Amino acid sequence: MTPAIEVAGVTKAFPVGDSQVQVLHGINVAIRSGELTYLVGESGSGKTTLISIIAGILFPTQGRVEVFGTDLYALSDTRLVQFRLATIGFIFQQYNLLPTLTAAENAAVPLIAAGMSRREATDRARELLDRLNIADQADKLPRQLSGGQQQRVAIGRALVHAPRLVVCDEPTAALDARSGRRVMDLLRAVALAEDRAVIIVTHDNRVFDLADRILAMEDGRITHDGTTMPQGH
Amino acid sequence: MGWIAIRMLTGDRVKFIGLIFGVAFSTLLITQQLSIFVNLLLRGAAAVHEVPTADIWVMDRSGRTPDVTLPMPATALDRVRGVSGVGWAVPMIRSGATVRTPEGDLEPVSVIGVDDATLTGLPRTMVAGDRERLSDPDAVFIDDVGARKLFPAGGAVGTRLELNDQRAVVRGIVDANPTFTSTVILYTRYSNALEFVPGTRNRLSFILARAAPGSDPAAVAKAIEAATGLRARTRDQFARDGVDYIIENTGIPINFGITVALGFVVGVAIVGLTFSLFIRDNIKQFGALKAIGVTNMKIRGMVATQAAMVGLIGYGLGILLAVLFVWTGAQNSDAFKGFYTPWQIPLITAAVVMVMILLTGLLALRVVLRTEPAEVFR
Repeated sequence: MTPAIEVAGVTKAFPVGDSQVQVLHGINVAIRSGELTYLVGESGSGKTTLISIIAGILFPTQGRVEVFGTDLYALSDTRLVQFRLATIGFIFQQYNLLPTLTAAENAAVPLIAAGMSRREATDRARELLDRLNIADQADKLPRQLSGGQQQRVAIGRALVHAPRLVVCDEPTAALDARSGRRVMDLLRAVALAEDRAVIIVTHDNRVFDLADRILAMEDGRITHDGTTMPQGH
Repeated sequence: MGWIAIRMLTGDRVKFIGLIFGVAFSTLLITQQLSIFVNLLLRGAAAVHEVPTADIWVMDRSGRTPDVTLPMPATALDRVRGVSGVGWAVPMIRSGATVRTPEGDLEPVSVIGVDDATLTGLPRTMVAGDRERLSDPDAVFIDDVGARKLFPAGGAVGTRLELNDQRAVVRGIVDANPTFTSTVILYTRYSNALEFVPGTRNRLSFILARAAPGSDPAAVAKAIEAATGLRARTRDQFARDGVDYIIENTGIPINFGITVALGFVVGVAIVGLTFSLFIRDNIKQFGALKAIGVTNMKIRGMVATQAAMVGLIGYGLGILLAVLFVWTGAQNSDAFKGFYTPWQIPLITAAVVMVMILLTGLLALRVVLRTEPAEVFR
């Protein structure tokens, strides 16, 4: 398969007081299209930093990240934002839905940000929510929805503009095992195709068996790359 | 994205109402205080505005305002009438006196003696009685506010008063502009006033004149000064003198200035704090929007939309309340008689509110723009 993402020699250091803390140490990895890739590891292992850099929302200290052939950090700030809007879908652990918008309106946000009219964007979002089996919740506010339903709305928001890359941060952390597996199945069904990729940061060992590939991180390095979890996790 | 910004803003009702309240309260305080300030200042020019037909006021060379009078010799009137360019000139007395009410109380009053023949200087509108009755012996007209003060039960017309120990009979009530000193005003003919006001050699307070048709009042005023050695001011100049006198000789501008400044500070504090809290509560959402791909320009637009909405609603509400306050006061209280909201004051308040909204909006925006989109993953 064609590599969707190429990470080459990426390091990241954060200033802490007068010194620098090295969080990533020369990461090299290629992620292929059509794969559901898990990024796993203990807290502080650097997986959130790596996914942020891959998603184009955190500049690396060194190194290069190419997403579908585009060198992200060679782009201007404006082009990078435009690239994210067009190419990447985000699913956050806390969902980060806008509490005063309905489910359909929340799911329509990327289309509206891209300039589509409110009505057209909301209609498109409703169609997607229908595929996610929550069409009947489309006019409810996030606070009126269960955790699983909110997560589906967040998935709808991440997929409504048909991005080629979807990055997810602990998408099943707040869900029971059954709902978690259903969310993963949904992601696989809706987001994966020959020219697409999904990267999921997770601690949730209940869904490890659903991954096509698992990358394990430890102390800012990738220590395992395989189709199953390494021993000890 | 504008409607999303508005939904974010209105979704949190408590903070939204807090923001509206902050702007409205500031607008109300600033507009109301500025209106009272301006109307009080205009009272310094009330006597001048009362005589629209006179476009030149002549007085002793040390005279400054309509309320501070320095008597001139009666011959000054003829000297002014003799100046080229003067169409007509009439005498006026303005003097303090004491009146004993039917209840036996003593009340300080202003006695204004107007020209016997033309009644120039008498307010145009009669509330009760007939203008011709001022020709009656010992007749005085009382201003409407003074009538309510001296005769709260009514029945002022026909009442006999002791004015500086002399008999005076109220023959009418006039609708007069209250002056800065707010004393009861009794109007009478010039010849009568000479009897009422304690006798000194010189008792002529002002000469009211009008420039002849085709003559410039300012040029005629200068000619009068040159020919007579008296002080002559055009109507507008003298009105301005009355206002300036209050500004320079009272603490009113400082007191009102402090209140207006406090209105601004309180507004900035309430709006700034609430807006800041609102932004902080929504910072994750803003971060998510930035991560998704909403540009900083659009984020600026969103915050500007929210600030503009708060500003417009708060300002509109505040202006409405302030105008209502001033209008209600003018309708129901003698202390506020004639008060209104000059059109310039809402514009000044709008500028102040705009500064307030810009300040608080920029502070809030700084927080949003500083937020790294990557923070949504933490």
